Amino acid sequence: MSDVLIIGASSAIAQSVARIYAQEGGRLFLVARDAARLDAIADDLRVRGALQVDTLAADLLEHDRHPEIIEAALDAMPELDIALIAHGVLPNQEACQISVESSLESMDANFISVVSLLTPLANRLEARGGGTIAVISSVAGDRGRQSNYVYGAAKSGLDAFLQGLRNRLSKVGVNVLTIKPGFVATPMTAHIEGRGGLLWASPETIAEGIAKAIDKEKDVAYLPGFWSLIMLIIRNIPERIFKKLSL
Amino acid sequence: MTERGYTSWGRFPQINQLGRSFAWRSDELPVTSEDTDSLLPYGNGRSYGDVCLNRGGIVLSTRGLNRFINFDPEAGILRCEAGVLLAEILQLIVPAGWFLAVSPGTRYATVGGALANDVHGKNHHQAGAFGCHVIAFELLRSDGSRNLCSREENKELFGATIGGLGLTGLITWVELQLRPVNGSMLKEETLKFANVDEFFHLSEASDQDFEYTVAWVDCASKGDSLGRGLFARANHVPSETVQAKVDLEPRISVPFQLPCSLINGFTLKMFNAWWYRRQRERRKTRKVHFQPFFYPLDSIGNWNLMYGPKGLLQYQCVLPGEDGREVLRQMLAIIAQSGNGSFLAVLKIFGERLSPGLLSFPRPGVTLALDFPNSPDVFRLLDRLDDMTREVGGAVYPAKDARMSADSFHSYFPAYEKFSEYVDPDFSSSFWRRVSGDEL
Repeated sequence: MSDVLIIGASSAIAQSVARIYAQEGGRLFLVARDAARLDAIADDLRVRGALQVDTLAADLLEHDRHPEIIEAALDAMPELDIALIAHGVLPNQEACQISVESSLESMDANFISVVSLLTPLANRLEARGGGTIAVISSVAGDRGRQSNYVYGAAKSGLDAFLQGLRNRLSKVGVNVLTIKPGFVATPMTAHIEGRGGLLWASPETIAEGIAKAIDKEKDVAYLPGFWSLIMLIIRNIPERIFKKLSL
Repeated sequence: MTERGYTSWGRFPQINQLGRSFAWRSDELPVTSEDTDSLLPYGNGRSYGDVCLNRGGIVLSTRGLNRFINFDPEAGILRCEAGVLLAEILQLIVPAGWFLAVSPGTRYATVGGALANDVHGKNHHQAGAFGCHVIAFELLRSDGSRNLCSREENKELFGATIGGLGLTGLITWVELQLRPVNGSMLKEETLKFANVDEFFHLSEASDQDFEYTVAWVDCASKGDSLGRGLFARANHVPSETVQAKVDLEPRISVPFQLPCSLINGFTLKMFNAWWYRRQRERRKTRKVHFQPFFYPLDSIGNWNLMYGPKGLLQYQCVLPGEDGREVLRQMLAIIAQSGNGSFLAVLKIFGERLSPGLLSFPRPGVTLALDFPNSPDVFRLLDRLDDMTREVGGAVYPAKDARMSADSFHSYFPAYEKFSEYVDPDFSSSFWRRVSGDEL
């Protein structure tokens, strides 16, 4: 039974993670933009066995509200065990190449807003000691590719931030988990052609992997696990060859 | 449960359509355009033919609509979104002492799909169809209206949507009355029968005392053993420990589509003869968990891939009255003669209890269900079976159909004209265009 804060709670992966902790009788504090969606998720988690579900509707691109969100969550659950940051967008790479604005928006959603949330959260947990901060990054952060490097760059920045944070917080027993899912069949990826092949996983599978990685206090989790091998290869292709590939 | 494109379970026909996710009940329906001019809800793709397909249009995948809304464990009333799988419902309700009032032969159907096809189960002779246990639902129509439908409110839409094949709008949530159980086990008796007459006799002797009855029939045997099979009858029994574990995914699966169908005249005959002889005793009794009892085929994931690239055709008809019994005999003879047919041919007597659904398929009579590997011969065979069904005033199950003619449909479902008044102007399906005569 855990006390769990989920930011970006309406994503498919986040919902599946929330269900795992709800079924164990946990308490949840959910943050997402749309109040009606949050209500739908909260009802579901209560039926599935959650002891308590609180919700807070907030646009996560409004950085000013971040300290308030963290305070509200810790007021509701002072014994917070797990904080999962799950929000993000998959931008259209071509649109980003044409428009600086699109690129910066995506940088904000996938990186800057996460940093803005993690700063007060990390400080609170550091002062208190213990707990897990789990953040959904992506295999796309492992190497920039022509097909989605704006997304990849944001996730790569996030990875480095989390490495440093992990280094710092390990001294006070706060575990920092970087989650790197591969292809996941969710509404965010609904438009991608070839979806549903062997490399694709369901949000439920990813969620189980996340809960297990949190449980085992892992540092980095590729999900499903075979992605660690794929990315090991991709990371090690020499740049002079890599730049000629169409990835 | 990764998504593998939007096909039907029979994998025939294979068509082009646009898939869109509809994951939030507070959302509005997408707008149609000239290119993609119609919408159709798509659950988990467990209907066999083309009722869940919309060539050239949009299918709205409702698997993201998989949230519970409320569960009253005292009254056994569950409200959940339309994309929730029956397996997910069972996982929640069995430990609380409840079960689905009606369950089809797969637990991987969505509750919205079960409602829209007004599915039935092995207890039809006592409980009627799925729609008999629906308390209420919300229907989202393309005019933006959200209609609460029940036996009291929006009665006409309630009746049109139960068995309405997703054509009256999108069902966002459903409220169900469950039936109480004490544990997860059933006591099942399996009895051999040598021919069709014995089947009818066993049914009559069992339908009063057994909540669930169904028969497997050897559809390859001819002559004296025509219509031999195994009759199963069962009741829930109390069990001390509740094995509530419901597999949300099959433990083993057919990994890929086989290059040709494994089901042919030879394997068919061999399997059917072996299956009949496997049970030596005339009567066998066992205690069985609800999962293998209700959902034997769910234990092999993607079993439909065994039928090869051309897919399979299911056929289920109901034949009423005394004449129906004679027609059943003729049908079994024709099927055995054809050398086509299936591993799992099923016989059951439907009861008198009628569903509120306008286009509901089950009605009093005997029902026969079986599947065939897709081939031109099978189309001719099924046309012939259709003629026989029509003659005796029976019906064929749309959820399993990919080829019935408009004329046949009109004969099977005389309420179709009244039904068509409730079809949402922005909704359509490949099936509907065929049987309403819009597409030749």
